[in-house]
Amino acid sequence: MIHFDNVSKRYANGKEALSNVSFRLPPGELTFLTGHSGAGKSTLLKLLMMIERPSSGDIMVEGENINHLGTRDIPWLRRKIGMVHQSHHLLFDRTVYDNVALPLIIAGYKPADIGKRVRAALDKVGLLDKERLNPITLSGGEQQRVGIARAVVNKPPLLLADEPTGNLDPELSAEIMDLFEEFASVGVSVIVATHDLSLIARYNHRLLTLREGELIADREEDGDGA
Amino acid sequence: MARNATPMKPKPPKPVKRPAGARVANTTLRDRFDAWRLHHRDSAVDAIRRMRQTMVSTVMTVLVIAIALALPAGLSVLLGNVRSLTENWDGNVHLSVFLKDDVTEASQRRIAGEWQQRDDIERVEVVTREQALEEYKTLSGFGDVLDALPDNPLPPLIIVYPASSDADELTQLKVSLGDQPNVDQAVLDIEWVRRLHAMLAVGERVVSALMLALALAVILVVVNSIRLAIESRREEIVVVKIVGGTDGFVRRPFLYTGFWFGLFGGLAAVILVQSTLLWLSGPVNRLSALYNSEFSLTGLGWETLLTLPVFAGVLGLMGAWLAVSRHLKDIEPQAF
Repeated sequence: MIHFDNVSKRYANGKEALSNVSFRLPPGELTFLTGHSGAGKSTLLKLLMMIERPSSGDIMVEGENINHLGTRDIPWLRRKIGMVHQSHHLLFDRTVYDNVALPLIIAGYKPADIGKRVRAALDKVGLLDKERLNPITLSGGEQQRVGIARAVVNKPPLLLADEPTGNLDPELSAEIMDLFEEFASVGVSVIVATHDLSLIARYNHRLLTLREGELIADREEDGDGA
Repeated sequence: MARNATPMKPKPPKPVKRPAGARVANTTLRDRFDAWRLHHRDSAVDAIRRMRQTMVSTVMTVLVIAIALALPAGLSVLLGNVRSLTENWDGNVHLSVFLKDDVTEASQRRIAGEWQQRDDIERVEVVTREQALEEYKTLSGFGDVLDALPDNPLPPLIIVYPASSDADELTQLKVSLGDQPNVDQAVLDIEWVRRLHAMLAVGERVVSALMLALALAVILVVVNSIRLAIESRREEIVVVKIVGGTDGFVRRPFLYTGFWFGLFGGLAAVILVQSTLLWLSGPVNRLSALYNSEFSLTGLGWETLLTLPVFAGVLGLMGAWLAVSRHLKDIEPQAF
């Protein structure tokens, strides 16, 4: 599903953001990615989204070495990856429905199909009754759920969440985490990047810890036998 | 190699083709084409909707484009009119041969009759001193002054239409007629028309250069407008890129915006030129009536009416393309 093989990233200013990082994420698993700011979390996500390219090492996504992809292939890689941001990145000039429909319009779905899929995704996050509203009128937790609906609406095999619970209270965080676990249970690889240690402690999931660009700990799920 | 040198190896198992992206809901090529068409339509409509939302700045941009295009278009229409006004004169080359004052009307007609026989002259027209005076009175409006003169100051005139309009032959004819004993002076009326045409040619070049410079200005105006539009939709571009929008998808609405700016600017330019000509046509017709001329202003031709807006649309498209390729690269999802 995702395979990092000795991946390093050195920026133009000489700073090495990732050093020889290797790990493998099977499908259907929820994985936490943690570390202090500057530890390399952002860089790792940027490499997966092909916002940056690795200085060395291979990254496989769905069996494909993304180093071999050209600039023109980037959009097709990103369509396989649902991205959830702390800051939601919702567009306030259109309705909740139109926000969630955007990935489908881009991917070229039939208009009739789009309606079904958008409602299914909104139903999943419990916002079916808000589709006509502007997301600016929604609460922080609801906005985050709109962002999640948009990330999963075209059923990507990989879901990246960057501090998805950053602005939310524990109860809402739990709701969001429940959603992620649900997606993982149907085979989606979910990566949750967070520095919220209490959140990590509450769930029994694999944990990748980065420090100064190195992968220093890889906690497997308990009872996984690995 | 012997047939059985190597024992039959079982074929390596075919790589099992994983149902690629089983969970990624796929779309057929047909769906994508339909979606592409749909997105073109939506982008075109959406571009107009957004332009209406920012009506004031849209109108200003369109007017700037219109003025930049109307200036050279208007000038070239005016030059075309001057040219067409003088074209008839060019095809109507003639010499005015003024005879000496003491030549009588009878000998004037005799001379004209002789000239009529010449090979290098197509026909002649006799203007007697009385006819010349009458004509001058009507045209100049100085009738009273002329009446006050003791006798007719105008010389007898023969207008000579040459057989050829070749410059050398004309000069020859002029010299030959000028040397005749009864002739005071032979004037080739064509020379100032030639000079005017040379000046018009210069003018047309100037207009072409102006057109080029102002076309560039149109492109730059559109570049600037699109740059602002891109800036105001930065967040949207980031989101589209995150969820896998291609560069084409991101570019499309801006290209349409540029095209509309150009097209509307071109249409406004056409209206501007035509209404200016309409506004001028009254005085021009009065002026031309005073000169006993049938001349009236000609506006933009049908071709120009159609091509100018399209040309402007293409300029807008070019401007948008420049702005988009320059600025879209800068906007990449960064917020992690």
